[in-house]
Amino acid sequence: MKDILTELEDRRGAARLGGGQKRIDAQHGRGKLTARERIDLLLDEGSFEEFDMFVTHRCTDFGMEKQKPAGDGVVTGWGTVNGRQVYVFSQDFTVLGGSVSATHAMKICKIMDMAVENGAPVIGINDSGGARIQEGVDSLAGYGEVFQRNIMASGVVPQISVITGPCAGGAVYSPAMTDFIFMVRDSSYMFVTGPDVVKTVTNEVVTAEELGGASTHTKKSSVADGAFENDVEAMAEVRRLVDFLPANNREKPPVRPFFDDPNRVEMSLDTLIPENPNQPYDMKELILKLADEGDFYEIQEDFAKNIITGFIRLEGRTVGVVANQPMVLAGCLDIDSSRKAARFVRFCDCFEIPILTLVDVPGFLPGTKQEYDGVIKHGAKLLFAYGEATVPKVTVITRKAYGGAYVVMSSKHLRGDFNYAWPTSEVAVMGAKGATEIIHRADLGDPEKIAAHAKDYEDRFANPFVAAERGFIDEVIMPHSTRRRVARAFASLRNKKAQMPWKKHDNIPL
Amino acid sequence: MFKKILIANRGEIACRVIKTARKMGIATVAIYSDADKQALHVQMADEAVHIGPPPANQSYIVIDKVMEAIKQTGAEAVHPGYGFLSENSKFAEALEDAGVAFVGPPKGAIEAMGDKITSKKIAQEAQVSTVPGYMGLIEDAEDAVKISNEVGYPVMIKASAGGGGKGMRIAWNDQEAREGFQSSKNEAANSFGDDRIFIEKFVTQPRHIEIQVLCDAHGNGVYLGERECSIQRRNQKVVEEAPSPFLDEDTRRAMGEQAVALAKAVGYASAGTVEFIVDGEKNFYFLEMNTRLQVEHPVTELITGVDLVEQMIRVANGEPLTITQDDVKLNGWAIENRLYAEDPYRGFLPSIGRLTRYRPPEEVAAGPLLDNDKWQGDAPSGACAVRNDTGVYEGGEISMYYDPMIAKLCTWAPTREAAIEAMRVALDSFEVEGIGHNLPFLSAVMDHPIFIAGEMTTAFIEEQYPDGFNGVSLPEGDLRRVAAACAAMHRVGEIRRARVSGRMDNHERKVGTDWVVTLQGVRHEVTIDADHDGANVRFSDGSDLRVTSDWTPGQPLATLDVDGAPLVLKIGKIPGGFRVRTRGADIKVHVRTPRQAELAELMPEKLPPDTSKMLLCPMPGLIVKVDVEVGQEVQEGQALCTVEAMKMENILRAEKKGIVSKINAAAGDSLAVDDVIMEFE
Repeated sequence: MKDILTELEDRRGAARLGGGQKRIDAQHGRGKLTARERIDLLLDEGSFEEFDMFVTHRCTDFGMEKQKPAGDGVVTGWGTVNGRQVYVFSQDFTVLGGSVSATHAMKICKIMDMAVENGAPVIGINDSGGARIQEGVDSLAGYGEVFQRNIMASGVVPQISVITGPCAGGAVYSPAMTDFIFMVRDSSYMFVTGPDVVKTVTNEVVTAEELGGASTHTKKSSVADGAFENDVEAMAEVRRLVDFLPANNREKPPVRPFFDDPNRVEMSLDTLIPENPNQPYDMKELILKLADEGDFYEIQEDFAKNIITGFIRLEGRTVGVVANQPMVLAGCLDIDSSRKAARFVRFCDCFEIPILTLVDVPGFLPGTKQEYDGVIKHGAKLLFAYGEATVPKVTVITRKAYGGAYVVMSSKHLRGDFNYAWPTSEVAVMGAKGATEIIHRADLGDPEKIAAHAKDYEDRFANPFVAAERGFIDEVIMPHSTRRRVARAFASLRNKKAQMPWKKHDNIPL
Repeated sequence: MFKKILIANRGEIACRVIKTARKMGIATVAIYSDADKQALHVQMADEAVHIGPPPANQSYIVIDKVMEAIKQTGAEAVHPGYGFLSENSKFAEALEDAGVAFVGPPKGAIEAMGDKITSKKIAQEAQVSTVPGYMGLIEDAEDAVKISNEVGYPVMIKASAGGGGKGMRIAWNDQEAREGFQSSKNEAANSFGDDRIFIEKFVTQPRHIEIQVLCDAHGNGVYLGERECSIQRRNQKVVEEAPSPFLDEDTRRAMGEQAVALAKAVGYASAGTVEFIVDGEKNFYFLEMNTRLQVEHPVTELITGVDLVEQMIRVANGEPLTITQDDVKLNGWAIENRLYAEDPYRGFLPSIGRLTRYRPPEEVAAGPLLDNDKWQGDAPSGACAVRNDTGVYEGGEISMYYDPMIAKLCTWAPTREAAIEAMRVALDSFEVEGIGHNLPFLSAVMDHPIFIAGEMTTAFIEEQYPDGFNGVSLPEGDLRRVAAACAAMHRVGEIRRARVSGRMDNHERKVGTDWVVTLQGVRHEVTIDADHDGANVRFSDGSDLRVTSDWTPGQPLATLDVDGAPLVLKIGKIPGGFRVRTRGADIKVHVRTPRQAELAELMPEKLPPDTSKMLLCPMPGLIVKVDVEVGQEVQEGQALCTVEAMKMENILRAEKKGIVSKINAAAGDSLAVDDVIMEFE
């Protein structure tokens, strides 16, 4: 009996060593942690329950039958993050380069199926050389099975990918379909075809870092939602994100004890809007001052900075924030910002996360580049996302809300529940100058008359009251009381039930 | 008494005057430029009059506009504050003509003392000891070089109408004399509308000690002790105190009596300040007389219990002084720290922008000024006062148009040591975000052994911080206190996180007691034993620190008690840890479980990108001129370009020899902090 128990421990010990001490040291030498070390950091201490520790591959080609490491290059199981259940898989680069075999994929599929059934998020830690070539089409089939599960789980449980090493070729499409992708700076990269193939086909010379490093994907491609300095920081920050997210689409977001008065008054917000309407200000200040404890988890911080997306808490409850950023491109909507915000709004709507929209938008960015690249359809994504969202929606217009962009930004017309405006706001079809030049085209030659018309227009329309008279704005509020007003608005919407007519699914302009 | 008074100033001093006027039952009128529409002094005053565009020479120092505001509001008196029109005899004359009282000395006294050359002659005649120098006016840069050589280097080049460090340069050689003359002249023209310059011997190793005098129009005069203002940067005072730790009673009396004699010699009637340079042997030389309320007047008020603004107003109203020299007692110790919107990590360059957070420490009344203006006799032991004179508020804007000083933080205590300690805590409790500011530097000075010993000279900053201010490294003992505090706070935060809803029943996260705190490259392994009132944090060497606090997660300011002594931390968030600011230090603190700490050790240290071959714009400002071209070889110290910010021209120089490879900015460009101006090969 004793021997059998000892054997189990021996087998576990061997499995835990993955590809062996030498490879573990090499992994550390690259500034990376091992699959199990990452899990240690991601989950509450001692909470990890492993599945399939002894699974091995079944390949007998190319001498593969001679090396059958236990676990087959991926560690899977479940555990808790601050006591809340999550499922996790973590690819082990020390075992056959973390390559994906049929059994490796099967292990991932097993925990994904359980995650969907039991309603808990899936966190994937990717560090894999790619398909296990020796397995040929079996490996591809494995990827396909994982992809299908990503799709089935989408909108049912939150899926988070952390790219901590290579992720290339077909492998990228599993993370690509998850809700969030995070990368580790200098040690991770993602691309469909690597630098060698790029060189052969297009003659472009590019490094792996330039082609698919964290900087590329957070700033240029927007594939990644954030980047962290190293594995330790990445795991800590993913834990922080998990604290914001509901376990699944049937549950409300979590509530955390909070130490910040919901009635807190911020007098400084009364001077946030500069006197000159063309002068920018930092919308992040408003977000930080509204949020419980100034805690803001920003998503896609480095991409399309003219719009801000991320999570805050109000009264301890998660709220998704979408805000125009006047500091960048005057906060206008364009292709990138529309796509970024639309995806965020849809995530929130999937998971019952109420949406707070802060509006200071002068309109859509004009230009051939935008039109040729399809700003019509991309802008429509955000419009569509807001219109279909049934979660509580509270909007605060701080300054400009012009034209079509006004309608897009969670307006009353798109089923906004509470549409507030600051006294400094201007809800209008466009700015005074532009409007005057169209309405009073006949006077264009006379600058004095035009100036007088512009002044008239400003007096009449550059305010929130025309919209408020029509009920498009529910209430004009003092900037300093915004936190209280918004918190109360969301509190009143906690039991909101809104539905879409039955449909198989909608046809958002992708 | 006057019914209404106009304050011809802005910022903290306008607010300061309004407070006393209000106490005296006098209605107040503020004036403001376009940049100050929302300023605090405008909000505090009973009435406010707009007087023009932001630049002071189009608003605050335009006599006609101020006169118009007086007419419009029917103010019977004008307090000029300091700077601006406070020492402008034409203004005093205009007021006299209009029959409005000037809360300041007679115009003759202003004229006599306002011109540094004349004032020196008068001082000599009044038997006041003076510094050798050239009394005539200087024609041009070459003339300045010639005269400098005659007086002998080092020399000080000063604007005749100057004050507060503006238009003042020290030159150690011909080149500096030439450059200093030109920039002093430019600054003087910009700031005072008077570009006359003079030169005098620069006394080395000096201390700046000044005497506060108070005279009435009936021939009475007293001195209210001295203020030591030796801690200066580029002749701009930073830290002041009263009394001076250097003077003995005899020197104090000698200086005081000479100061009063000088004041009487010019028929002075108001509060005024006679500045002296004092050398190591306690020889003192007359420097200049400031015929106005001095910035640092609060320290005198705190130790004497006299409200100087009230006295000025009463004197202006023709009342005789009620204080005799025998009444003046110096009680306890007061220290003032000037909070500047200047970034100490960037060579103290001006920083402008929105004050996203501004929370001064709570003001506490104690000492002679307890009952505002009544003499209280000996102060109760152990009591400390905190006073903050400010002209800004959270959400306000620091503009580029005016002086970068945003507050004067003062503490008073029965002893110098206690006043310094009170100041340390007050500085740590002062929250300022949104702009660069010198709080860390002030904290560093309060902990500097030379300051603590009271042995500073006016060269203190230059000598002790020759390469600028690079932050503070806390001593081991303080680091342990910070480590203990952070461990206790982190644990509280983690316990809160573990109480999120949706937990698996019976499988909750158990927050442990063992933690590893890493800060400034040092690891501390600690065990936390918490109870209802706080936590005992035990270090691996067996020692422990008791931490108590009412801090809750998310609060940006943590006021703690660590082992019986106060510790105030500014807490920021960084990924996986805290950013902690205290005692001038700005440190990253990570609190991890032993396992997390073990794995964190494996992470590579990443170095920030190399900016050594670039010239970065150190402050938001306007490029006035670029002195070099692409391909040009530059020598160390060579001027590369001039950036203007907050009315000061800053010459950016090459840090080392190199060849200019790229220039990204031209004259007239507005640049932000860290914009790359030029690159080198």
